[in-house]
Amino acid sequence: MSASEHRSPLHQSRSHESALLHVTGAAHYVDDLPEPPGLLHCHIVASDIAHGRLLKVDVERARQVPGVHAVLTSTDVPGDNNIGPIQHDEPLFAEGTVRFAGHAIALVVGDSIAACRKAADLVVVLAEPLHPILSIEEALAKGSFHLDPHVIARGDLVGAFAAAHLVVEAEVASGGQDHFYLETHAAMAVPSDDGALHIYSSTQHPTEIQKMAAHVLGVGAHRIVCSVPRVGGGFGGKESQASNYGAFVALASHVTGRPTKLRLNREEDMAWTGKRHPFLSQYRAAFDKDGRILGFEVTITSDGGFVTDLSGPVLDRALFHLDNAYFIPATKFLGRVAHTNLPSNTAFRGFGGPQGIVVVEDAMERAAHRLGLPPEELRRRNYYGPEPRNTAPYGQLISDPRVSAMHDRLVDEAELEIRRAEIEAYNAGSRFNKRGIGLQPLKFGISFTKSLLNQAGSLVLVYADGTVQLNHGGTEMGQGLHTKMQAVAADALGVGIDDVRVMHTATDKVPNTSPTAASSGSDLNGAAVADACATIRGRMEPIARKVLGVENEAPLTWVDGRVVGPDLESCTFAEVANRCWVEQVSLSSTGYYRTPGIAYDHAKGRGTPFFYFAYGVAITEVEVCGLTGEARMRRVDILHDVGSSLVPSIDIGQIEGGFIQGIGWLTDEEVLFWEDGRARTVGPSTYKVPSIGDVPIDFRVQMLDRAPQPGVIGGSKAVGEPPFMLAISVLSALKDAIKAYGENEVELAIPATPEAILRAVEAQRAE
Amino acid sequence: MLRFELNGRPIEVADTSPNTTLLEWLRASRPASEGRGDRLTGTKEGCAEGDCGACTVVILDDRAPGGARYRSVNSCLLLLPMVHGRRLFTVEGIGTTRNPHPVQTAMVDALGSQCGYCTPGFVMSLFEATYRDDLDDDWKVDDQLCGNLCRCTGYRPIRDAAKSVAGSCPDDIFRAALEAPSTVAESLDYSGAGERFVAPTTLEAATRLLAEKPEARLICGATDLGLDVTKKHVRFPLLLSTEHISELQGITEDDFGFSIGAAVTLTDLEDWSAHSLPMLHRMLRYFGARQIKHRGTIGGNLCNASPIGDIAPVLLALDARMLISSEAGTRSVPIADFYLAYRSTALGEGELLSRVEIPRPPANTRTGAYKVSRRRELDISAVSAGMLVELDTEGTITRARLGFGGMAATPQRASATEAALVGQPWNEATAKAAGVHLDADFSPMTDHRGTDWYRRTVARNLLVGFAGETRERNFVPLPFGHAGTVVEETR
Repeated sequence: MSASEHRSPLHQSRSHESALLHVTGAAHYVDDLPEPPGLLHCHIVASDIAHGRLLKVDVERARQVPGVHAVLTSTDVPGDNNIGPIQHDEPLFAEGTVRFAGHAIALVVGDSIAACRKAADLVVVLAEPLHPILSIEEALAKGSFHLDPHVIARGDLVGAFAAAHLVVEAEVASGGQDHFYLETHAAMAVPSDDGALHIYSSTQHPTEIQKMAAHVLGVGAHRIVCSVPRVGGGFGGKESQASNYGAFVALASHVTGRPTKLRLNREEDMAWTGKRHPFLSQYRAAFDKDGRILGFEVTITSDGGFVTDLSGPVLDRALFHLDNAYFIPATKFLGRVAHTNLPSNTAFRGFGGPQGIVVVEDAMERAAHRLGLPPEELRRRNYYGPEPRNTAPYGQLISDPRVSAMHDRLVDEAELEIRRAEIEAYNAGSRFNKRGIGLQPLKFGISFTKSLLNQAGSLVLVYADGTVQLNHGGTEMGQGLHTKMQAVAADALGVGIDDVRVMHTATDKVPNTSPTAASSGSDLNGAAVADACATIRGRMEPIARKVLGVENEAPLTWVDGRVVGPDLESCTFAEVANRCWVEQVSLSSTGYYRTPGIAYDHAKGRGTPFFYFAYGVAITEVEVCGLTGEARMRRVDILHDVGSSLVPSIDIGQIEGGFIQGIGWLTDEEVLFWEDGRARTVGPSTYKVPSIGDVPIDFRVQMLDRAPQPGVIGGSKAVGEPPFMLAISVLSALKDAIKAYGENEVELAIPATPEAILRAVEAQRAE
Repeated sequence: MLRFELNGRPIEVADTSPNTTLLEWLRASRPASEGRGDRLTGTKEGCAEGDCGACTVVILDDRAPGGARYRSVNSCLLLLPMVHGRRLFTVEGIGTTRNPHPVQTAMVDALGSQCGYCTPGFVMSLFEATYRDDLDDDWKVDDQLCGNLCRCTGYRPIRDAAKSVAGSCPDDIFRAALEAPSTVAESLDYSGAGERFVAPTTLEAATRLLAEKPEARLICGATDLGLDVTKKHVRFPLLLSTEHISELQGITEDDFGFSIGAAVTLTDLEDWSAHSLPMLHRMLRYFGARQIKHRGTIGGNLCNASPIGDIAPVLLALDARMLISSEAGTRSVPIADFYLAYRSTALGEGELLSRVEIPRPPANTRTGAYKVSRRRELDISAVSAGMLVELDTEGTITRARLGFGGMAATPQRASATEAALVGQPWNEATAKAAGVHLDADFSPMTDHRGTDWYRRTVARNLLVGFAGETRERNFVPLPFGHAGTVVEETR
């Protein structure tokens, strides 16, 4: 067989690397791991008030419960009782005050969960209630903020508004969103003979678990190993917020000397962990008579919750996406983080991007209505384009704006014009139900906005039989990262996919990793994997030439487990590997990558925070029931830019899954709290994520082909987050349908629940 | 001693609390004397409230009407004694990585798993689908899977996998198992860890025990009571299961109407009502997940006395009667008098609901059943309604019964609105005019499912929608892909 008949495993569709384990129930998540002898269970005693001064915490009676081994509080922490990831402001156990309903006060460690619960009921907590701040509005009124404001401004805003044909002013509120990963937070710690700890965690950031556990125990990082068997869904919720549970089991094992495990039940997970940041934004937008936006002044405020967590970078990304795909000559964007007494909001797919984009899209919708233009036409007139319409408000050059061409292609392929006419005809003949259609473009910046995080490592081990163990710093949480990394390594080494085994992510294999977040997993880790593989192959090449008996500079093809010489002489990869061992050539290597050329000056609001941008366009058609406000997506067309997809079947899954998750955020998912600040939506019976009947009846997803991204592994682009924001097309479609009930500008709240839709419909009918 | 079959192996359990859920038992370390020493961790806990389906397992129901069927159930809500005498399958029991079941292969090929945590539950729901012979409509495929939540895939690939296996019924050991003769439920009196679970097979035995021990907690499918165990951590000292009482089984019909056993599952009710009582069938379409409908019963739904209920509004419109049994005998109560107050019914000490009787609606009757919730599938209604009007030959309303859920502390008739309808011609204008009286009938509350404004507005609109739907003909089925609970035919 000639080398050219073999295909590289890159850019080929395949199933998920663990799929057979998933479907047979064999795949282990943290709580499924074999339980070591002597395992103890942990249970958290949390505050049930949102804000209060702790007067007394008495755990003596709880300690007497049979089967209970320890009841721990802040005074039992040998190191620092603090796990704030960026600002050092998050106490692991409440100390002095409790600052949200769910703040951990004590940790019970016992033989069984039942024994722990019994003890938990006996922990005496006396607190003097303090006034809690429970909304962005109240935080604004009281000046309660985390961090300093962040401002991005450019151009002549005064001039823009003076020259405006139309000025649109409005307020946009977007809500929180629970991650609702199917696997709740879980961690298990197992002490070794020297008292060091191995922590198994369901986390997107094993290095953070290692770091925080060491910090809380007051030991060096080398005393902790964190490994991740696999994560049953993360979506950002396990980026910083798995630290608490890793630290708790570390402490419990440190104190008892026994293996310990902690798994939150759904209610605890939903009540205690942070969510997508709700945002409240006010804007003023200036348009010319053709609908081109001239100036955009926006103030956005997020609800950070009781500590900062990742609120700073989330706010930054929201500000970076207030332009979405539109060139805006004059801007002033100001962002703040409200400090409230709610769970600390955190990363969630899109990381502020969606919350920023819904603001500019609100302006586009209103301007289109007032100017009598189809919203998609107004959008098209505003896209980034050739110079001078090619710089972002923060100064970055938009060198390859693909959205305009993608827009035209999708409008054509989805037959937008024909369907508009069909919808009009349907609406004319329908009293109760109306249909609508909407288009949403997307430009999304790729890179951690905290620039130093844009680095990754790998460790590749080739065995003498030619098989490979692959370690990299990213975690597998369903997004298919391991599947992609397996393909990258197989391609780079020229071996078969099945000869590459992707190992569980562990901090004793790759140190100092960045979180698997910001859609960066395959870009960063892929480059690091390819780097290690190139190093090893570089060492193997001279040996391969020896095995093949070809000259020193002869070109070799490495593919599918064979090495092929210039005259099609060939041997197996295994033969070469074995010969390397015999000849004492190293077959393992680390790899490393850092993203070049990105930097951002926070104080000036200027820089190049992103390595590149991902683009997408979606067209969504809905039908609304005007009697109840219920709605249904009839058809969705998506054209998305993933560069040259590393594994197309995996990327399709990210696009579809991200889109539906976005639909959840914008329609049925609503995070609610009681008036005293306790969580109200603490299970799937009250918090409604999309179910199978929420999938569009007709769902067509395609990826831009032949669109390689320079400088990225395999010419691919990041895909984890961007498609989430294509779901915003549903708002445009719903507004279009609601408009069919009357003549008014549509006021539609987010999330657009049936009640919100019915309110908007009734408002149309009222006049 | 509890005896059941798990993945083809006989299991005996003693000394385990009857308040143990099947999920807890599967995942726990246990002695080798109980069949295996290791944990079966393929079955996952996602919510412990029957709403996510990650814990789905399958029971072979050899007593189903029309022959044995596989039934997916939520193992998080099922108490261990409830599987006594049953054959049970978990994800580990239908295939392995070396020899996967066709549904497992279909999920791999379709990329139906991403993080994989929900996947075993989906696989088991799909396993049921594989051996069903009645998945003849797109909506039924969605219905089969609406009790399983996936947060990663967006469902499209799972739906594709479902379509590729649904009804394929491969010639294998699982198909052969469906040919096994049906068994007869035996009575059970099980104690473990100081708690007791009794499942008699006769009404006489049940009412006698209830008379002796009025503190016994009545339980049937456990889809509601199970939450007390999993969420509130209640341990019931004495549970009295009505599941196997012979007098509470089956549905009969004659010229006058229908008699439905209180222990009839919602699935059996749904299958039966498709032809015999389409109005009820339409309500059951989005009633709950397949897993819930396999275990939940009409009696349980009516007796838990939720203000919403969903079946109760339909039965209010149909003027059903509740047969209430005790050691003293059986009495009959109109459903309109069954609900006394919030979560309170006419059931007295020592009494249980044995059957429900529904009079056959007269000719020239128009009926509608509506359920409005935030999410269409597997959600508790903001408003639900059962509506019935009888018309004379001129098309004038001679009688109206409107049952609403979600509008008051109990499911309740809208009597002022009903009165305003009588004597009027049946059309949208009449419905609109009469709907004003709903404000006199109800003062709904505001909660996370809807404000009082929403509930009032929806109730009014549903009446108009009912008129629009049934002006010309009686019953309109819900098509696949409909937008709202009211079906509109466009001109």
